[in-house]
Amino acid sequence: MKRRSPVFLARRSYRLRRIRDAARLLPVAGGFLFLLPVLWAPAASESRDTAPDGIYLFGVWLLLIGAAALLSRPLVKDSEDAPASAEERG
Amino acid sequence: MPFNLLVLACVTYVAFLFLVAFVVERKAARGAARWLRSPVVYTLSLSIYCTAWTFYGAVGYAARSGLEFLTIYLGPTLVFIGWWWILRKLVHIGRQQRVTSIADMISSRYGKSNLLGVIVTVICVFAATPYIALQLQSVTLSFGVFAAAGTYGWAMPDTNSTALWVAAGLTLFTILFGTRNLDANEQHTGVVTAIAVEAVVKLLALLAVGIFVVWFVASGPADIVARIHASSISDWELVPSRWAGFTLLSGAAVITLPRMFQVLVVENSDERHLATASWAFPLYLLAMSLFVVPIAVVGLEVMPTGANPDLFVLTLPLSQGQGALAMLAFLGGFSSATSMVIVASIALATMVSNHVVMPLWLSLRPAQSVSGDVRRLVLLSRRLSIAGVLGLGYLYYSLSGGSSALAAIGLISFVGVAQMLPAMLGGIFWRGATRNGAIWGLGIGFAVWVYALFLPSFGPGAALPIDVFMQGPFGLDWLRPYALFGVQGMDPMIHALFWSLTLNTTAFTLGSLFSFPGPVERVQGLAFVNVFDTERAEPQGWVQGRAEPEALLVMAQRILGDEAALAFFEAQAQAQGKAGYLPDPVPEFLDALERRLASSVGAATAHAMITELAGRARVTVADLMRMAGETAQIMEYSSQLESQREELTRTARQLRDANEKLTQLSVQKDAFLSQISHELRTPMTSIRAFSEIMMEGDMPPEMAANYARIINEEAIRLTRLLDDLLDLGVLENGTVQLNLKLANLSELIERSLRAASHTRPERSFTIQRDLPAEQIFLRTDPDRLCQVLINLISNARKYCDSAQPELRLVVRQRGARVIIDVIDNGTGIPRDKQSLIFEKFARLTDQMRAGGAGLGLAICREIMVNLGGSVSYLPGQGGAAFRVTLPLRLEKSPHERAA
Amino acid sequence: MVARHAMLIEDEPNIAEAIRFLLRRDGWEVTTLGDGGVAEARVREQRPDLVILDLMLPGRSGIEILEALRATPDTAGLPVMMLTAKGQGRDREAAERAGADLFMAKPFSNAEFVAAARSLIRA
Repeated sequence: MKRRSPVFLARRSYRLRRIRDAARLLPVAGGFLFLLPVLWAPAASESRDTAPDGIYLFGVWLLLIGAAALLSRPLVKDSEDAPASAEERG
Repeated sequence: MPFNLLVLACVTYVAFLFLVAFVVERKAARGAARWLRSPVVYTLSLSIYCTAWTFYGAVGYAARSGLEFLTIYLGPTLVFIGWWWILRKLVHIGRQQRVTSIADMISSRYGKSNLLGVIVTVICVFAATPYIALQLQSVTLSFGVFAAAGTYGWAMPDTNSTALWVAAGLTLFTILFGTRNLDANEQHTGVVTAIAVEAVVKLLALLAVGIFVVWFVASGPADIVARIHASSISDWELVPSRWAGFTLLSGAAVITLPRMFQVLVVENSDERHLATASWAFPLYLLAMSLFVVPIAVVGLEVMPTGANPDLFVLTLPLSQGQGALAMLAFLGGFSSATSMVIVASIALATMVSNHVVMPLWLSLRPAQSVSGDVRRLVLLSRRLSIAGVLGLGYLYYSLSGGSSALAAIGLISFVGVAQMLPAMLGGIFWRGATRNGAIWGLGIGFAVWVYALFLPSFGPGAALPIDVFMQGPFGLDWLRPYALFGVQGMDPMIHALFWSLTLNTTAFTLGSLFSFPGPVERVQGLAFVNVFDTERAEPQGWVQGRAEPEALLVMAQRILGDEAALAFFEAQAQAQGKAGYLPDPVPEFLDALERRLASSVGAATAHAMITELAGRARVTVADLMRMAGETAQIMEYSSQLESQREELTRTARQLRDANEKLTQLSVQKDAFLSQISHELRTPMTSIRAFSEIMMEGDMPPEMAANYARIINEEAIRLTRLLDDLLDLGVLENGTVQLNLKLANLSELIERSLRAASHTRPERSFTIQRDLPAEQIFLRTDPDRLCQVLINLISNARKYCDSAQPELRLVVRQRGARVIIDVIDNGTGIPRDKQSLIFEKFARLTDQMRAGGAGLGLAICREIMVNLGGSVSYLPGQGGAAFRVTLPLRLEKSPHERAA
Repeated sequence: MVARHAMLIEDEPNIAEAIRFLLRRDGWEVTTLGDGGVAEARVREQRPDLVILDLMLPGRSGIEILEALRATPDTAGLPVMMLTAKGQGRDREAAERAGADLFMAKPFSNAEFVAAARSLIRA
């Protein structure tokens, strides 16, 4: 029944909150990177760019997967420690 | 490759999947399936996102529109790496509310409205039908490829009959493994594991073809890049609206497709698996798409012009003489198609049975009571629904002729299911979302989809007349299917997506803003939106019910099955601190029961059933506000006083407990002495009175004999009472000597029945026994066990008030325990007496004095404790019923063990 | 002399048999009842000279019947003897509070019982 959450947090909890922030931001960043070709594709109309485009997209994709994998570990531990504590007030 | 060999391979493969599913189900039934529910299996099961559309269609898509095919996988990738936003909440809600399908989830969120359940079910069936047809088509086409390539003069098989056979086989498999049992959590461990195996097969197959193409047909990645430059695919230009639109669309579809919802939410066994899937599933998608462009490029180059690019995965290895590789590719495609069809039909069948069949049955059945085994009805309706769904898919396939490109059909389905997105996201993030809003949004979105995309997909002039395409319906120019509201020149797919989602969202939002939610809706809205806020005391959907627990138990037994229902009720009663099987109908219990039932028949049906039994004991808006007010007040005070108060309460409770125990002991002792006194004095009175009379002498001999008989009878009664008391004392102290040996239960029952037949021998009972089930060898004290059984059977003989008395003896073995139920068909024991009957000197009717002092059941209870088991009253069996539970092998008496 | 009429409300058949024998031999007319539920109505109907009530009865307890009888003026003065097999002080108090004229614990001596019955009539 603790309604007031502390204003400042210990180092570990602080870190966890920022990891959650990162997890929330990741799809936003991913969406931006995936939509980027929309901006430059029409400009370079004459050059044959399917292969570089493909390599770029797969590169971004792999990067996002790596980031998600890195983030998922502390997040799972987090939910094990305190099942959904102080959730939406972070 | 001979065609027969292909069929053989298919059959062998399916048999293998059967075996996997079967073994896993067996293991899961024994509770040994922990490792089967690993994050890896979960992630692999998610791969049903990649159907034959991915397996064959992606290459065709790439050959036609370059990299655009990637959008179908980029959307889900974004959703999964962003799991912290939506998926986590979705899965948590799904598990907490024990959701059975996406229709159930939406109906549950909006006040358990069955109308919404029906709407969502209809949308899903409509959207899934072309998709299932697509799978049938791809399998048929791949069969055709082999037949055409056959060197044995094998004629092209009749494609229609091939599709029919495939559909029939899939129906059989799905029914066998998808509806074997009506599981409590609606989870299908066996099927999911089989799907995971198929996921591995299809990934390996596609990677193998890709590696073959890149390193054996071409000469490495550099060569491929060069070939891409040279190929016609490079002429493709990115269309921004399609690129962004399809990314959004596939992201929506991955959570709203019924089959994805099934594996993602319903089959989820552990929320932490989602964290692994958040990166592993995108990785799987990446691996599946990696070689798509190379295969397309090489296929376009190597294969003759006019070859169907949708089948390059298969035809390319065949044309290079790689029969084995082609076979692997064929199995990969077969896997993709079958796994999708199986899960989709299970998901749809669940919806149809829970939201269409069950509500119909509830309203159409003659009596208000729940009679008969509902589970069989549910299973039957699911089986028929599976057959129906696959039948529809086959019908669509044979009607549409299976000609259009694979990619187009898939996207049409996607737009259809995406209509559920606003209602779903609104439901879990916005407490203001209402049922009316959801109905309007879904209805309008669905209508636009049907009109602007689904019907036109049959081709101009097929479902919609050509005039409608050209001039609009009734000459209304602004209603042309491909140019709604006069917006021209849009890609038809994007056009339909744009208008359906825009109108859907608008109607949903406005409908929600201008309507007022009912109480159940508000409770559910709070439970969904604030699902992680566990600190808040969740308001219950029920006020103290007037429901009769026994009636609830009868209903639960019909739906969950006898054992599961009894176990659930027992656990709930225990949680309330009550012994036996009947918890009080408090709101918490009704809530738990409703959720438990919902996991079998869906929230709306479960809610309707309990409402019926609980009468009008529903919460009102005023109740909700009162509860919320109380909660807020408590929270305010408690933050300050919490710790001291808790300490005080704890101490006070301990004191109270100790005091209560002492008082109880004292009261019990007094009551016991008083009872004994009564039971001893009563026969003494007769004895003394008649002996004094006789001492005076001077009476006729027959009279004297009569009085002597009375004295003798009463003396025997006294002796029996003393025997019972001593027996009870010995049993209670645990000083009883048990005579343990092996005994055949059937013989013991036989013996008890014979002994008990002396009680009221004038009554003839119909005895029902299951002799094979009774063939159990027990290690116990057979005489003591017989004593219990004789007592129970005699009681039935004495008190069963049926005109045609019946006695049922049900024996079951559960692990290392044996359960013996003794059930008669009388009126049973009223609920308020059920807890009393095992007490000493408890007798329900005083007329039945002949039976002794009312110590029989008390002795039974003590005997069973000594035998390491229990005896309890079993409510809801249509008569008085007692359950005796004891260990199969009793090694030592429990008291000796404790010593 | 008109026979004195005693109504016996007792559910143990053997005890009822003994009491009936004793009172008849002493010149009483005895009606026996085994159920507490109908006892009050029977008493009002038959107007016995003496009521002998068992404390623990099926249907309705002896105390309840007694209280009901004492509550109306026409039966308020009716002699009532309470019988109990429990024989505890508490029961005796309860019976006296409810207005019993005499309290007899089971088992009793025959002579005592008959004398008590007579004394209640004479009083």
